Amino acid sequence: MSEARIPAPLLALAGAGLLLFILPLAGLMLRAPWDQVGGALLAPETGTALGLSLFCSLTATAVALALGIPLALVLARTTGTLRSVLRALTTLPMVLPPVVGGVALLLAFGRRGLIGAPLHDAFGIQVPFTTAAAVIAETFVAMPFLVIAVEGGLRALDRRYEEAARALGASGWKVFLRVTLPLLRPAIFSGAVLCWARALGEFGATITFAGNLPGRTQTVPLAVYIALETRPQAAIVLSLILLAVSLAILIGLRDRWLGV
Amino acid sequence: MSLHADIAVRRNGFTLDLKLDVDPGETVAILGPNGAGKTTLLRALAGLVPLHGRVELDGDVLDDSATGRHVPTERRRVGLVFQDHVLFPHMSVLQNVAFGLKADATRSAREWLERAGLGEKADAMPRELSGGQAQRVALIRTLATRPRLLLLDEPLSALDVTIRAEVRRDLSRQLAGFEGVRILVTHDPLEAIALADRLVILEQGTVVQTGTPSGVTAQPRSRFVADLAGVNLLRGHAHHDHIELDGGAVIAAPDSGEGDVFAVIHPRAVALYLSRPEGTPRNVWRAKAEDLDLQGERVRVRLTGEVPLVAEVTPSAVRELRLDRGAEVWAAVKATEISVYRA
Amino acid sequence: MFKWSCRVTKAIGILVALVALASCQSYVDTTHPPALTVFAAASLQPPFDNIARQAKVDARFNYAGTQTLTAQLTPGAQADVFASADTAHMKTVQDAGLLTGPSKIFAHNRLEIAVEKGNPKGIHTLADLARPGLVVVLADPSVPAGKYAQQALAKAHVKVHPASLEPQVTGVLSKVSLGEADAGIVYVSDIVTSGKIDGVEVPDDDNVVADYSIASLSHRSAADQFIAFVLSSQGQAILVNAGFEKA
Repeated sequence: MSEARIPAPLLALAGAGLLLFILPLAGLMLRAPWDQVGGALLAPETGTALGLSLFCSLTATAVALALGIPLALVLARTTGTLRSVLRALTTLPMVLPPVVGGVALLLAFGRRGLIGAPLHDAFGIQVPFTTAAAVIAETFVAMPFLVIAVEGGLRALDRRYEEAARALGASGWKVFLRVTLPLLRPAIFSGAVLCWARALGEFGATITFAGNLPGRTQTVPLAVYIALETRPQAAIVLSLILLAVSLAILIGLRDRWLGV
Repeated sequence: MSLHADIAVRRNGFTLDLKLDVDPGETVAILGPNGAGKTTLLRALAGLVPLHGRVELDGDVLDDSATGRHVPTERRRVGLVFQDHVLFPHMSVLQNVAFGLKADATRSAREWLERAGLGEKADAMPRELSGGQAQRVALIRTLATRPRLLLLDEPLSALDVTIRAEVRRDLSRQLAGFEGVRILVTHDPLEAIALADRLVILEQGTVVQTGTPSGVTAQPRSRFVADLAGVNLLRGHAHHDHIELDGGAVIAAPDSGEGDVFAVIHPRAVALYLSRPEGTPRNVWRAKAEDLDLQGERVRVRLTGEVPLVAEVTPSAVRELRLDRGAEVWAAVKATEISVYRA
Repeated sequence: MFKWSCRVTKAIGILVALVALASCQSYVDTTHPPALTVFAAASLQPPFDNIARQAKVDARFNYAGTQTLTAQLTPGAQADVFASADTAHMKTVQDAGLLTGPSKIFAHNRLEIAVEKGNPKGIHTLADLARPGLVVVLADPSVPAGKYAQQALAKAHVKVHPASLEPQVTGVLSKVSLGEADAGIVYVSDIVTSGKIDGVEVPDDDNVVADYSIASLSHRSAADQFIAFVLSSQGQAILVNAGFEKA
C-alpha cells in the first residue's frame, strides 16, 4: 500500500466492483457438485473440449502475436487519417457483437464468401466447420486486445533506443528483434494475456462461423452452453475446470515472462 | 575525413537552414539557445530526419535531394551519443558495447571497456551504473563502431555537476584518439570551449557566427553569444568618432569608421559613481541599478537607463556606493574600453 | 520503460463497456407491466406474435429454446403461460408443480429437410444426407429439433456425419441459407417462416411429429383467454399458416 490514502467513496466503489467479480464466482463454487468433479474431469468429452479450447486459444494467440505486433507497429508509426481508419478497423471486433463477427467471417471465408468462394472452387477447401475456423474466429475477436496493448507500449517507448541502434549500424530487422521487441515485452505479455483470455472465452463468433462439433469445433464455452440446457451440473463443473486451467497457465506464464 | 553539409529541414513551422563544413580531425561545437535547431541538425546529419540539400562525408554523398540519394542511418557510419546515455536497458554493458560490432564482437567490446577502465562493469546492467559511468559506456559503445562522424548531443548536460568535470576529461581524452569528424551540441559554453576547436552559433535555425572559441567570445554577434561571454553587446551606426545606438543614445568611440557596427563593453570597464564624475570619461550616463548578483569575488549590477548595461564591481565598491536595488547612479565607460567591429 | 498509457486503459474500458452493452440482449421494462407474460418455444414466434395482435392481448413474450425456458422456469422465473415444443419439457415443468391448469397439445410440427433454394444438390430423401461430400448441419440432440432429427435418421437407418450440431434451430437455418451447409433437418414451420430456403418432405414413416403443448402458470384470467384463443379456430388457422399442423 502506498502512503496516500484512498478516499472512502472510491474504496466503496472498488468494493462494489470486486463484489461483481466475487459473487458470480462464489455462486459457481457453492453450487458446484464437487462430488462430480472427479468424474467430469475423467470424462472423455471434458478432455476433448478442454484440449480443443487450449489448442485453439493458444494457436489464436500465436497467430495474433505474429500478425498483431506488426499491425501495432504500423498503427503506432503512421499518422493522420490513415491511422484513424486503420485503428477503427482493428478495434472493430471489440465493439462488434461476436455473433455478427461470426456472420461477417462466414461472408468472407465461407463457401460463398469473398475469399472462401475462390478457395472452395479452386481447391475444394471449406473453412467453416473446421478447427481452423474456430482458430480464425478466436483470432478475429481476440487480436484487437493484443494490438491495442502493444500499440500503447510502442507509443510509450522512447524512440531513441531504436535510433541509437540504427546509428550503431543495425538493420531494421535487427533493431526490431533485438531492441524494439525486448523493450516491448511487458506490453506484449499483457496484450497476449488479454488476447488469450478473450480467445478462451470466445463463444458467439465460433458457434456462428465454426459450428459446434465435439472434437473439432466444440470448445469449452460451447460445451458449457450445450450442457447448461440439459445437464446444468456438468456445465458448472466444466466451467470450473476451465477456470482452474486458465489460472494455472496464467500464473505459470507470468513467472516465466516477467520473472526477474 | 571531412564533412560538408548544406541543408534545410522544415518541421512543424520551424526551418533549419545552414551550411556547415568541418575539417578532418576538427571538433565543432554547436551552441545555441533552446529551440535553435541543434538537435534537429544532429538528427538530420544522422539521417533520422528528411532534409533538403546535400551532406557529404569523407567524399561519400550521404544525402542529396537533387539526385534523391539518401543513405539510411545504419549505413552512414555515424555515431550518435545522446544527452542521457540511451543504453539498451535489457542488455548488459558488454552486450551494449558489442551491439554495433561485427566480427569478434564480445572480445572486442571487452577490450574497449577495459581500455576505458570500465572492464569490471562489463556484466553489469545499465540500471546498475552511475550516470557518469553510463554516459562513458554510451560513448564507448559508439566509438567502438569506428564512426566517421561522431555526433554528441549535449553529452554532459544530464549529469550531476559534481561528476561533469570528470566525464568531460574522459570525453576529451576519448575524442583526442578519434580520427573522424566530431560535432558536439551543447548549451554550456564551458563544455564547448573545453572540447571544441571551433564554435558554430546556431540561432533560430541559422548560423549566426562561427570561429574559434576566443574569436567568437571576443566579437559576439548576438545577444546569446554576448551573454555566454558575459559582455555587454550594443548595436548601432558608427560615424567615425561616435556611434548612434539603435535606442537613440550616442556613445563616443574613436576610429569607429562609418556604417553598422557592434560595440562590446566588458562589464569591468563600466565604472559606477554616486555623482557625475569629472575628468576624462566621455561616456557618462544616468542609470538605475535594477538587479545585483554576487558572482564569486565580483558583483554584477544590471543597469537600466539610456544605455542598458551590466557593470561588474567589487563588493567593497557596492558598500561605498551604498548600492542597492533601485539606486540611482552614474555609469561611465572610457572610450578606449569599447571594442567596435563591423556588424 | 513501458507504462500502460492512460489513454489505452480508458479506450479499453470504453470498449469493454460497449461490448457489454452490445451483448445485452434484453432489458427490463418496468414502466409498463404487461397483462401477460408468455414463455414460448422459439419456433412459435411468428404465429404467436400474430395471435397476440389478433387477440388484442398485451403480452410480453420470451422466445427461446424449450430447454432454455424450462431451465428458466424451474428455478423460479415468473410467467403466466408456457408453450413448449414438446411434451417432455412440459412434464418437467408440471413435475415442478408450476402448472395451474391442464396442459393441452395445441399444434404439431413435422420435420423437413432444409436445402438451398432450388435444391441444387438434388436431395430428395433422408438417405441422400449420407452422401459423401455433402455438408449436413443438424441441431444438437439436447434441443428437441436435434433429438427428433436423430430419431428420424435412426428410423430411416441413415448414418449422417454432421459438420456441426447447432445449439439452436436458427443456426441450422442460417448455415443452409448462407450456403455453408448443403442440408439440415428442421421443422416445417421454420422453412415456411424463413422463406429463404426450400424444404424437402420427409415421408411419414420416417418423420417425427413434435407435439406442442401449452399450459397456464398463473391464475390470471388473461392466461386462460390466451390459451383459449390459441386453441380456437382463428388461432389454429394462424398456426397452420405458419407451417404448423392443427392439434
